[in-house]
Amino acid sequence: MPLLENGQIKEDNWQVAIEGEALPSGDVLVPLARLSEGLGRNNDGRLGVVLNAGDSVEELRSALPRLSSIQVTFPIFRDGRPFTQARALREHLHFEGEIRAGGHILPDQYEFLLRCGVNSVVVPEGVDAAVWQKAHETFSVAYQPSVLNEQPEGFAFRRKLL
Amino acid sequence: MSHAPHSSLPVGHYAYDEVDRTFLKQRVAQFRDQVERRISGALTEEEFKPLRLMNGLYLQLHAYMLRVAIPYGVLNSGQMRTLAQIAQRYDRDYGHFTTRQNIQFNWIKLEDTPDILALLADADMHALQTSGNCIRNVTADQFAGAAADEVIDPRIHAEILRQWSTLHPEFTFLPRKFKIAISGSPQDRVAARFHDIGLMARKDENGRAVFEVYVGGGLGRTPIVGVKLRDDLPEEDLIAYLEAILRVYNEFGRRDNIYKARIKILVQALGVQEFRNRVNAEFVAMDRARYRLDEKIVAAIQARFGVPDFDPAGQAAEKLIQQRKADRAFDFWVRTNTHAHKQPGYVSVTISCKPAGGIPGDVTSAQMNLLADLADQLSFGELRITHLQNVVLGHVRQDKLYALWQTLDQNGLGTANVGFISDIVACPGLDYCALANARSIPIAQKLSERFASPELQREIGPLRLNISGCINACGHHHAGHIGILGVDKRGEEAFQITLGGAADQDTVSIGQIIGAAMSEDETVDAIARIIDTYLARRTAGEQFIDTCRRLGTAPFKDAAYAPA
Repeated sequence: MPLLENGQIKEDNWQVAIEGEALPSGDVLVPLARLSEGLGRNNDGRLGVVLNAGDSVEELRSALPRLSSIQVTFPIFRDGRPFTQARALREHLHFEGEIRAGGHILPDQYEFLLRCGVNSVVVPEGVDAAVWQKAHETFSVAYQPSVLNEQPEGFAFRRKLL
Repeated sequence: MSHAPHSSLPVGHYAYDEVDRTFLKQRVAQFRDQVERRISGALTEEEFKPLRLMNGLYLQLHAYMLRVAIPYGVLNSGQMRTLAQIAQRYDRDYGHFTTRQNIQFNWIKLEDTPDILALLADADMHALQTSGNCIRNVTADQFAGAAADEVIDPRIHAEILRQWSTLHPEFTFLPRKFKIAISGSPQDRVAARFHDIGLMARKDENGRAVFEVYVGGGLGRTPIVGVKLRDDLPEEDLIAYLEAILRVYNEFGRRDNIYKARIKILVQALGVQEFRNRVNAEFVAMDRARYRLDEKIVAAIQARFGVPDFDPAGQAAEKLIQQRKADRAFDFWVRTNTHAHKQPGYVSVTISCKPAGGIPGDVTSAQMNLLADLADQLSFGELRITHLQNVVLGHVRQDKLYALWQTLDQNGLGTANVGFISDIVACPGLDYCALANARSIPIAQKLSERFASPELQREIGPLRLNISGCINACGHHHAGHIGILGVDKRGEEAFQITLGGAADQDTVSIGQIIGAAMSEDETVDAIARIIDTYLARRTAGEQFIDTCRRLGTAPFKDAAYAPA
C-alpha cells in the first residue's frame, strides 16, 4: 500500500516480512518476534519493525540504532495505544528514524499522529491526499506541548501549528 | 446599583483571546464539513459517530442530544443567554443541567448542529470533549473563589487542565472516558474520590499549590472509591504527573470489554502499589521540562480570570438578620440555599432547579434569561452549575438576598430544599436515553411531590437521594444516601433501592442494594417507610446517613419490604 508523507502519496519501497517465509533482501519490516532474525541479516538493506498495539516499545531499545523504520499499528481507529507508542519512541527512546502508522486510521486523526511523532501513514490505494492534508491544516493552534517542540503561541502551553 | 465588574474580564472563568476564538471557529468549520459529508452520504453513520461524539452530539431514543461544555461549571450571563437562545430556537424551550456541570439539549436536529456550535463559539463556548473516550469536562467546587473554607481557587488549575486536555494528541482515544475533578477546599464538594482522577489542592509553606492525587474512583457498573496516589504533588509537576497517569492508562487499560475499561479496573487489577510504580517509572523517564507547569503559566492563566470588585459590607449582615426574623419562609430558604462566603457581607446562593413535581436539573429558556439577569444585577455577571444539577450565584450581598428570593420564588426557582430529600439528582433515563432500563424522571417527580412539604423535609434533614435509570449510574445512585437504580424486570420498568452511599471526603462510601426490584409506586412507598423508620429510630440530631451507618440496612430493608 502507498505511504502518505508531507501531504504527498508516495510508493512504499519497504517490503513486509511474510509469515513462514525467509526474510527477503532489501529494505524489510519485520514483526517484533522476528527482530533478532532481521538483525542477523548481512547488510541486505535497511531494517524496520512492525509493532502491534500491545507491544512494548522498550523491547526495541537495544536494537534501535540499527532500525530505520518503525510502524505502529491501529487494530481499529478507536484503539489509541499506538499514539503512546509513537510518542514514547520519540520522547523516551529518542528514535530519530521514520515512524509510520498503519492499520485502521481516520484522516481526522492525522494531526494527532504527527504530534505524537509519526511521519508517514500507510494508506489504501487511491486515497485522496487532499483530505489528509486538509485535516492537517484544520487547526492553527494546539493546547499542549508535543514531541515536535512547536513554537509557543502567546502564553501557557499553547503551540503554533501552522 | 449594578455589580458589573470594572475590568473587561469575565468574573470566575478564563477570558478567551483571539487565538482561542480562532481555534473554536476552526473547530466549527471542521464539524460543518463532517455534517455535510454525513448528510450527503459520503460518511456512513458508523464513520460519523466518533466524529459527532467528539462534539458532544449523541443519538438518543427520539432525537439527537447535544451536550454543551461548561468548564468547571462557570459561565457568564451572556453565555447563559446564548444557552436560552439555543433552547428556544433549536430545542423545546428548555435544557437540562448535568452532573458534570454541563448542559444538554435533548431535541436537536443534526442539520442544525453546526449553526448551534457557531452560536456557542460566538459566546466562547463549545461542546468539545463532552463525550467520547477522552478527558471530559473538568469539574470543580461550585463555591470556588467564594467559599469561606477555601484555601486555593481550583478554577485556575481546572482551566489549565481544560486547555492541556483539549484535543490532546495522545489521549483522545483512551480505553474509555476520563473524568477529573478538583477542589481547593479541605471540604470535598466535588466527589474527588469518585473520579478517574480527583485532585485536592492546598498551599505549601511558600504559598504555592500542592495536590493530593486520588486515582481510580468511579461509579458506573463497578463503583469503587479512589485511592491516594500522591499526597504532595508540587504544582510544577501537575501536568507531567497527569501525563504519566494517562500514559499508563492508555497503554495498559483494558480495551476488550467496555465495562472493564475505566482506569479504576486497571488500578484494581494491578494493585495500587504496582500502578503507582508504573506511573512513577513513566514520571521519572519523561521529559519533565517539556511539561513543567511554571509559575508564569499559572500567573498568565490567572490573569485572564476576572475577580469580583466587592462593596464594603456596610450593614448588609444586620439587614439580613432583620429580614430573616421578619419572614420565616425566607429564613428557611437562607438556611438551606446559602453558603458562607469569605468576603464579609456576601454569601453564595444555590438556586434549586428541583421544584416539587419538577424534572431535576431542567430549566426553561425564560428561567435561563432570568438567571442571567439576576447574575448581572447581583453576582458580577457570573453563574455556576453544580454537579448536583442546581445553579449558584457565587457572590451576592447579604442585603440583596430578600429581593432575590422573592424574584426566584415568583419564577419557580425559590424552592428551599438544597441538601434535602427533594433535591434529587437524576439522569435523563428512558424518557430520552437509549441505554436506560427505566424512566428516572417520573419517579423523581413522584418522590419530590411525596416529600414536598417544607416542614417534613426540614424534619428529615440533610439527605441525598440519587436516581439512575440503568446500571451505568449517570444519576450516581451509589453515592446517594438513598439511591434508586432502574432495572428491567422481565420487560417491565422496576427499581432497586441502595442505602448508605456518600461522596463526602471523610465518609465516602458506596450504597448497597437492599433487595429485589419493585414497581415505581411500590418504590416510592418503600422510601416513605424507610424515612419513617429513620424518624422513629434516630437519636437526637442524627442525620439519615449516620443512622443508616449505626443501624445497618436491616431495619430499613424490613420497612421497605413490609407488606402493605
